[in-house]
Amino acid sequence: MKQTATNSAALQGAGPDKNGSLSANIAKFRELGLLLFIVILSVGVQLRNPSFLTWENISDIATNTAILSILAVGMMLVIITRGIDLSIGATLALSGMVSALTVSQYPDLHPLLAVGVGVGVGLVCGVVIGFLVSWINILPIIATLGMMNVFRGLTFETSGGKWVSAHQMPESFKAIATGSVFGINNLILIAIAIYIVAYYFVSHTRTGRRVYAIGSNPESADISGIRTGRILWLVYSIMGGLSGLAGVLWVSKFASAQGDTASGYELSVIAACVLGGVSIAGGVGKLSGVILGAVLLGILNNALPMINVSPFWQNFIQGSIILIAVLVNALVKRGIDRNNLMRRKI
Amino acid sequence: MEQRLIANKKEFTLKGFFLQWEWLLVLLLIGVFVMNSNLSEYFLDSANLRDATMGFLDKAFIVLPMVFIILLGDIDISVASIVALSSVIMADLYNHGVPMELAVVICLAVGTICGWVNGLLIVKYKELSAVIVTLATMIIYRGIAYILLEDQASGKFPSWFKFLGWGYVGGIPFILIAFVFFAVVFWILLHKTTFGRMVYAMGNNTTAARFSGIQVDKIKIIVFTLAGLMSAIAALFLTSRMGSTRPNIAMGYELEVIAMVVLGGVSTAGGKGRMIGAILAVFLIGFLRYGLGLVNVSAQMLLIIMGVLLIVSVAIPQLKQRFAYVRRK
Repeated sequence: MKQTATNSAALQGAGPDKNGSLSANIAKFRELGLLLFIVILSVGVQLRNPSFLTWENISDIATNTAILSILAVGMMLVIITRGIDLSIGATLALSGMVSALTVSQYPDLHPLLAVGVGVGVGLVCGVVIGFLVSWINILPIIATLGMMNVFRGLTFETSGGKWVSAHQMPESFKAIATGSVFGINNLILIAIAIYIVAYYFVSHTRTGRRVYAIGSNPESADISGIRTGRILWLVYSIMGGLSGLAGVLWVSKFASAQGDTASGYELSVIAACVLGGVSIAGGVGKLSGVILGAVLLGILNNALPMINVSPFWQNFIQGSIILIAVLVNALVKRGIDRNNLMRRKI
Repeated sequence: MEQRLIANKKEFTLKGFFLQWEWLLVLLLIGVFVMNSNLSEYFLDSANLRDATMGFLDKAFIVLPMVFIILLGDIDISVASIVALSSVIMADLYNHGVPMELAVVICLAVGTICGWVNGLLIVKYKELSAVIVTLATMIIYRGIAYILLEDQASGKFPSWFKFLGWGYVGGIPFILIAFVFFAVVFWILLHKTTFGRMVYAMGNNTTAARFSGIQVDKIKIIVFTLAGLMSAIAALFLTSRMGSTRPNIAMGYELEVIAMVVLGGVSTAGGKGRMIGAILAVFLIGFLRYGLGLVNVSAQMLLIIMGVLLIVSVAIPQLKQRFAYVRRK
């Protein structure tokens, strides 16, 4: 795809259709552009508030972004298959709540087991959604909208509407998110590990490539012998498992599990994905873009309060980011398609 | 692939007549009535029934255009945010000295514009599904409401405004009369006009519809604009009923509205479903919630029930189709 865009841009030169090559170029330089934007944003915020680029704040941003970027990996896979998952905020809350309740009952539980409980709950949620989407053929938006409410309601029901707060959690559990290995926070290490596994999965395994194949063209994927149902199921299960993991990390980091934990967080995750160039039309998306999208959002979330932007602007800004990013993605895709068509004529 | 046609008028058979989805809804509605009257002896009181409808009819106004949107195979999850935005703007203007009559008109205009923007974006950027466009505008519209009102509530409307949500005309709630009026209008629009036929045609096959000369873009924009307008009307009734407004008003309405439409037998694949089913579903869900409220079912439990209801009502037709397919094989 990239190669085509470059060739045709070269062939075209300063042709009349400048727009096409420009938008195709955005695709080529998206990562660079995002990086540049991150740098400009950081410098701008730093000028307004000198405490922004301190070591403490940067590590704060990094740990905050870690959870977002873990979820973004799963969401990328879901969006690549032309789906969407609105339930992850609720899945996160449910699995965080269940694992918090577990450790408050059994304070001697090994933290890894607590993580296992959370991931297990998330996985079950994901399997259910995957079943609805792949086997019963319910539109992802409707299935996840419905299950979002079910999971959210279950979170309140399991806790009886109460919070699990810091003093009910053993130190070992809170250490999951606050501890560090070699001076690097656990959250960041976990995120890096997940990105390495995910990179291997999407670019070096057959199943990973099949995810892209389904997104590009479900019918031909089906005809060429890919079991699309199973892959879809797998993708939503991965999403659920990652949400479960994120739930434990979230609860451990903030040392509190509430009924409305992470409500609306799915929108940030979707924003990170579309910013990173994952196409809603399916089949397109790179991990490098997604991680930059997540970092950019993490920085924005951290920077806006620092430069005295009212928190009430946050919704509007996030929505605008999603809208602009998907519009740009659409224009980019048009440019690439046009360039491909031109190449064919020559 | 199942072959789908827009059938001409079907021949009337008794079996076909009674094997309709709508009869199932009627049965369910009777079931809910029986359940409710067992729970409370006051339920079947005519005054009680009349007042119960006032509690849930506000969102029903959005159900009517949502039928059109889902018939097109699209979805609009921004409706609740349009309710919030138009309501907040109306209240804010009124409290800054704009006469209430003008504020109401502006409220309707805001809703219409929001819907029009949705439609325009969806039509201009065909690569984007309605899902993602309305997802983004959902956040943006509510975001603007938050910017305007922050965490405040705004109210103190003139007394005549209360009439919308609380008033009676000849012993019948005004909101019920308004709903019946709009339901009839939308029913005629869907089933008795060429516009409605075109919506069905587009829902079955947009490309074919376009090639047969239907202005698909125009129709799509009109449908989404209608959704915006009706959301604003819902905002009027809801605000009047609540007496004040906040930016988080009507949170989660999109779920209920979509649940009512799909429970009413409108297929999310587009092109299949009828207005009467959705209207029945409005009353079914409304009275179900009312009854569950009578036995003190918590709000969280209601969330779960609504979610399950949505999933089940989408799953049933899908499963039916699946088993029909297996049997044919």
